[in-house]
Amino acid sequence: MVDKQDKKPEKRAKPASRRLPKTARELKEEVGTTGHSWDGIEELDNPMPRWWLTVFYITIIWGVVYTILYPAWPLVNSATSGILGWSSRGEFTAEVEAQNEANAAINARLDSAELTAIADDPELEQYAVNAGAAVFRTWCSQCHGAGAAGAIGFPNLLDDAWLWGGSLEEIYYTVAYGIRNEVSADSHYSEMPAFGDILSDEEIAQVVNYVQSLSGDPQDAAAAAAGAEIYLDNCSACHGEEGLGDIYQGAPNLTDPIWLYGGDYDTLLETVTYSRYGVMPPWLNTEGGRLTESQVRAVSVYVHQLGGGQ
Amino acid sequence: MLDYVKLIVLGVIAICAAIAANYARDLAFNVHMLIILLLAGGLFLWTLRGIDEPKPEIDQTAYMDGVVRYGVIATAFWGVIGFIAGTFIAFQLAFPMLNFEWGQPYLNFGRLRPLHTSAVIFAFGGNALIATSFYVVQRTSAARLWGGNLGWFVFWGYNLFIVLAATGYVLGGTQSREYAEPEWYIDIWLTIVWVAYLAVFLGTIIKRKEPHIYVANWFYLAFIVTVAMLHLLNNLALPISVFGSESVRLFSGVQDAMIQWWYGHNAVGFFLTAGFLGMMYYFIPKQAERPVFSYKLSIIHFWALIFLYIWAGPHHLHYTALPDWASTLGMVMSIILWMPSWGGMINGLMTLSGAWDKLRTDPVIRMMVVSVGFYGMSTFEGPMMSIRAVNSLSHYTDWTIGHVHSGALGWNGMITFGALYYLVPALWHKRGLYSLSMVSWHFWLATIGIVLYAASMWVTGIMEGLMWREVDANGFLVNSFADTVAAKFPMYVVRALGGVLYVTGAVIMCVNLWLTITRGQSKQEKPATAPAATPAE
Repeated sequence: MVDKQDKKPEKRAKPASRRLPKTARELKEEVGTTGHSWDGIEELDNPMPRWWLTVFYITIIWGVVYTILYPAWPLVNSATSGILGWSSRGEFTAEVEAQNEANAAINARLDSAELTAIADDPELEQYAVNAGAAVFRTWCSQCHGAGAAGAIGFPNLLDDAWLWGGSLEEIYYTVAYGIRNEVSADSHYSEMPAFGDILSDEEIAQVVNYVQSLSGDPQDAAAAAAGAEIYLDNCSACHGEEGLGDIYQGAPNLTDPIWLYGGDYDTLLETVTYSRYGVMPPWLNTEGGRLTESQVRAVSVYVHQLGGGQ
Repeated sequence: MLDYVKLIVLGVIAICAAIAANYARDLAFNVHMLIILLLAGGLFLWTLRGIDEPKPEIDQTAYMDGVVRYGVIATAFWGVIGFIAGTFIAFQLAFPMLNFEWGQPYLNFGRLRPLHTSAVIFAFGGNALIATSFYVVQRTSAARLWGGNLGWFVFWGYNLFIVLAATGYVLGGTQSREYAEPEWYIDIWLTIVWVAYLAVFLGTIIKRKEPHIYVANWFYLAFIVTVAMLHLLNNLALPISVFGSESVRLFSGVQDAMIQWWYGHNAVGFFLTAGFLGMMYYFIPKQAERPVFSYKLSIIHFWALIFLYIWAGPHHLHYTALPDWASTLGMVMSIILWMPSWGGMINGLMTLSGAWDKLRTDPVIRMMVVSVGFYGMSTFEGPMMSIRAVNSLSHYTDWTIGHVHSGALGWNGMITFGALYYLVPALWHKRGLYSLSMVSWHFWLATIGIVLYAASMWVTGIMEGLMWREVDANGFLVNSFADTVAAKFPMYVVRALGGVLYVTGAVIMCVNLWLTITRGQSKQEKPATAPAATPAE
């Protein structure tokens, strides 16, 4: 370090004391105290730091200006609205309106296009996929997962197994009207009986083994053979004689290894005994749902192109 | 005679509690009435056994330190409980399977979270404030605590409030108001205790032998008076039944939200800031053995702080149903509050000017300095986050959690640890702490823990805010909420590890304080007495 004292000795009254920390006594002598002592604590008479006071004043002045520019001071029946005319509601509406305006033309095209023709228009399809993805993330991901891989009781939308059909029109119908809800009169509807009330425990065990044998190895091969007859009498009307399912009744295909609730013995036993009743709300706003026609179309296109669309 | 009155009162309370427990409409109320029945019954028997026995003579000139000693122990105890609860729920967020199936619904995150916040703010912080305020007001007023055994009533009454609140949360008794969760009957009890606290504190100041009131006591008094006002207004409610814990609120809608955050923010402003500044103004000059930097600064920043803080609540409700004018005022006052908050930091740090070498030799001073540093950092961060544009990014994200914890762990935690390290040798008449190297370990564990905590929450909070608002060219959302939760996982683990370090430090402190009390070298001197009035000069 350069020793500045050599250059300007006359401006340094007490050069030596600058090098050592001041003792409490030196400070008190130099600055002075308020003259009180509480339990040995004294207070120095230092002024407020200049920079501190300056910044404090600046923030006060800024505050006054800001409250003139923006809505701030409450009056009797209303409040000052600020000379900039800003409001949080206005800021929000302006943003939404600007976006809607920018999308208005292409949105109208999405509304009026034939569903199957959307794929022929790359620009429109790209728009529908982007819009549909946002709808899916907001409204569908809670059950079907952010990546659409589903969960127990909620179908995986990435594979080609479809309960109610995997064509674009069929997906659109399911999204618009929903499944087994009491909101839309046109929702998909079907109901599997609880076979615990119909078959004996032994018969249920046999048919469960048979169902297992359709896609893999049953727990008990002898029981599985005995279950074939029971299956034909009780299950084939919906699931088909070969167990391939029926998309018009929402009956799952039993021959693939894809299971909505689980394909292990205990889960199947529970499914057959008590039945299942999975529901989905209608999403189209004319059916009591939350989405517009173009949003339902968009999310259908999005789900259709995830990988399993037919 | 007084004993007979006590017996009658305790008997009536016990019978009422028994009746209430019998007709209880919910589990929390039932258990609480049984706790009160047991306490009142036990105190009844204890009073009965000691009736008409000669009471031990109390030296009225000596400082009343027994209650402060109990407060110090309670502070350390509740601190560790609160830190462990916080660390556990941090792990629950990172690994949801820790919401054990067998522990439902009692041990799920939703019930343990208010247990954590109340344990650290009200149990750890509250006991620290009561204990230190009792110690400081006696020393700086040169007077024994006013009100005889009322000080003991405040201590035990306040801790009963904590036990009722904590058990209530776990059993499902909650008003669902952040930091004001306890139900109506617990609120009434706290009101009684708080009025007693005010009486003891004010009584001691009134009978002081010093001509002036020391700055620490201004802050303590502002804290006690304002918290009373906040508590009353935010808990106005009509019980559905006297035999149940549920109640209907007096306000509704956005008015109710505004009252709640007026309370919520001033719980931070007056409980965690004003009260702890009182602590700072006594223990830093004492530990540093230096005079306070500036009296002028302390008086200006005190009045500016308490005037401005009370306006700041609306910044918790930006972009909600709250009218824009209220939101603007909340934001403007929060920003003007920046310098008044920093006044306390300047006075704390500058008090050490000329004594900076003590940072090397005295880990307790180091703790206090870091505490004041975190105070300055979070009182800069707070005004910044209250700006509407910043808030639209930070609100509802983990940034808020990081901000709160840099203040709570850094400022409130560290200054309390410093005060405890000062108080234990002083109260148990020891020459010093059992081990300074254990204090050093505590200091470094706590500091690294806070850095891990705050840094991970800043990163994850800003990331989350940016992910929420990310839109594509057509204005459509890019991320689902679940995507943002999944992205936070590594930061959640880092945060929980920070918590583990902080808890470890606190446990080391408890061991150190315990060894100081049991094995520390005694100081040979007569017990502390209130000196005759000795105003300097």
